[in-house]
Amino acid sequence: MPTSRTWFAALLAISLLLSAENSKAELSLHGFIQGNYGLNTASANPEGKDSKLAEERAQLKLEADQGPWRLFVKTDLAWDHLDDQEKLELREGTLDYAAASWDLKLGRQMLTWGLGDLVFINDVFPKDYEAFFAGRPLEYLKKGVDGVKIGLYPGFASFEVVAIPQFTANHFPEARRFWLYDPLPGVTNRQTVTPDSSLDHTEVAVRAYRDLAGFDLSLYGYRGFYRQPAMQLDNPAAPTQLTLWYPRLAVYGASLQGSALDGVVSLEGGYYDSRDDQGGSNPLIPNSQARFLLGYQRQFWEDFTVGLQYYGERMLDYGTYTATLPPGLPVEKRLHDLVSVRLTQLLRHQTVKLSLFAFRGLSSGDYLVNPEIKYNLSDQVWVALGANIFGGGEPWSQFGQLDRNDSIYLQTRYEF
Amino acid sequence: MKRLALLLLFSACLAVNALAASPEEIIQKSQTAFFYPGKDFKARVMMKLISPGGQERVREMTMLRLNTGAAGGEQKYFMYFFQPAEVKDMTFMVFKYPEKDDDRWLFVPAINMVRRIAMQDKQASFVGSDFTYEDVSGRDLADDAHELVREETLNGKACFVIKSTPKADSASHGHKLSWVDKATWLPMKEEYYDRTGRTVRLFTADEVQMVKGFPTITRRTMKNLQSGHRTEVSYASQDYNIGLDPGLFSERFLRQPPKKWID
Repeated sequence: MPTSRTWFAALLAISLLLSAENSKAELSLHGFIQGNYGLNTASANPEGKDSKLAEERAQLKLEADQGPWRLFVKTDLAWDHLDDQEKLELREGTLDYAAASWDLKLGRQMLTWGLGDLVFINDVFPKDYEAFFAGRPLEYLKKGVDGVKIGLYPGFASFEVVAIPQFTANHFPEARRFWLYDPLPGVTNRQTVTPDSSLDHTEVAVRAYRDLAGFDLSLYGYRGFYRQPAMQLDNPAAPTQLTLWYPRLAVYGASLQGSALDGVVSLEGGYYDSRDDQGGSNPLIPNSQARFLLGYQRQFWEDFTVGLQYYGERMLDYGTYTATLPPGLPVEKRLHDLVSVRLTQLLRHQTVKLSLFAFRGLSSGDYLVNPEIKYNLSDQVWVALGANIFGGGEPWSQFGQLDRNDSIYLQTRYEF
Repeated sequence: MKRLALLLLFSACLAVNALAASPEEIIQKSQTAFFYPGKDFKARVMMKLISPGGQERVREMTMLRLNTGAAGGEQKYFMYFFQPAEVKDMTFMVFKYPEKDDDRWLFVPAINMVRRIAMQDKQASFVGSDFTYEDVSGRDLADDAHELVREETLNGKACFVIKSTPKADSASHGHKLSWVDKATWLPMKEEYYDRTGRTVRLFTADEVQMVKGFPTITRRTMKNLQSGHRTEVSYASQDYNIGLDPGLFSERFLRQPPKKWID
């Protein structure tokens, strides 16, 4: 498995070669230095500390252009004070080639598909939820994928085809730093099995998009794995060992976005085909689902925007799920749905940004509230102060289980 | 003799034209000269936001414009940001429609996301500056009633002074006075009033250059007279009729704009 360090070394070597080979290559170097700190307001972490994060971070973005070729490396070096260690992370590292009607991107890359604001249907790419819940800048919610993307632009529509030979799981809050619901606290013998790299395990994601009467239409397909692990027990009646693994998944979906009702209207849907549990008879593997999203965004006055969303997940084999669920495990509802609101007000020549984001679970009754104030002191320096507040619902529901993890956070960045 | 007669006839026509032009025609010609010259346009724009205390913020971008309809009609805009560092590589695309709300897309490079943005208010500030979206891409002619107030000379240039008053009672702003240069049809000065009659903003064209035969305002200032904040815009380079491909105005190139168009 290539580590960040090997990726980084390889890309650095290519970029140096590119720039040395031909002095016409255009090089640019940008980045930032960032401080990011949190303070728990509800309780200490399970491991005892009073903060979800405390770190300084430097990011370097190196870009080299040479005719149709482009090399891009974005790498972070972080000093984590909670774990008292340095971390080197290759955020992105890609080699691009652009022809007239197609292009290619090879390497670790960020992909964002779909229309959801913090809810994802056809964005099947890895996320870092701990980063978001701990109070990192939003871009850290996204994780890169290691793969290749081919873009095809024949004119009548555009296509993106992504192949990912190396599986990347979502990063969920860790039990050291976050209080989380654990259905089997007694089982301490645990292991995680991730899909190994093979042709058979290569994930494929396809997107086709074009304009349709002034609306942006996209169709999506994905064949790969759930990025949230499922449980497998050695003995369901009296488990002693728990294996976390990633069941196979296929997603077929569509989205439509355009100007309507004095704002921007978004519609998205997807069919989640749980390929390892197509009959729905294994309650420990996610049921196949229909997911849908309705979004509306509108500017009510200068620099004040409101975004509203309704999002739902409906289990498609609910009867078999409830019939086979072992006693003692929480019973999920057939429909899991939530609403969200995002309010954004910019002030003082857009140097001050007040924002409020909130989820409210309709089926589960839980919530997440994320207020934030960001101030750009100059073109180079900004500082943001915010909070993540969780609660409501059941001890196992999405945000309800995070109830004891409320925190405030500070982000400050010098960009160059 | 023949030549002199022609010249006389020509200048007579010009004078008659100018005399006969209605206020609507003057504003229409002014908008054509200001927002629509050429088939397409490219400029490297330096925007300085200057606070009353003198603190400067810089927005540097390449702006591309393609006329897809007649003068006063549909246009496509593409903007690529170089500065500040926080928005470097960000791109912004507008399909401007005179009769309905514009379509706007924003590309956020940090997460490689293209998103439509809701921005119904054309009076809203453009990237935090003292210019509004309307100041950058033009206002619908039919939204205002136009009136020729007087003719006067401004900095040695003969100008029409036109008063444009919003027709809609709901308009948040008041009228505007424009000094339109009779020779180039470009606005040399504009005073923006609020509904109580106070001057709120002042626009001045600080430098005009001929570029491929099109008179072009290459330096301009918009000052907020209430707050004292001002924005100075200058073009580091500009060109017309460069053969912009309509295919450039697409999601593909929002995500990865071709160097030859943005540099």
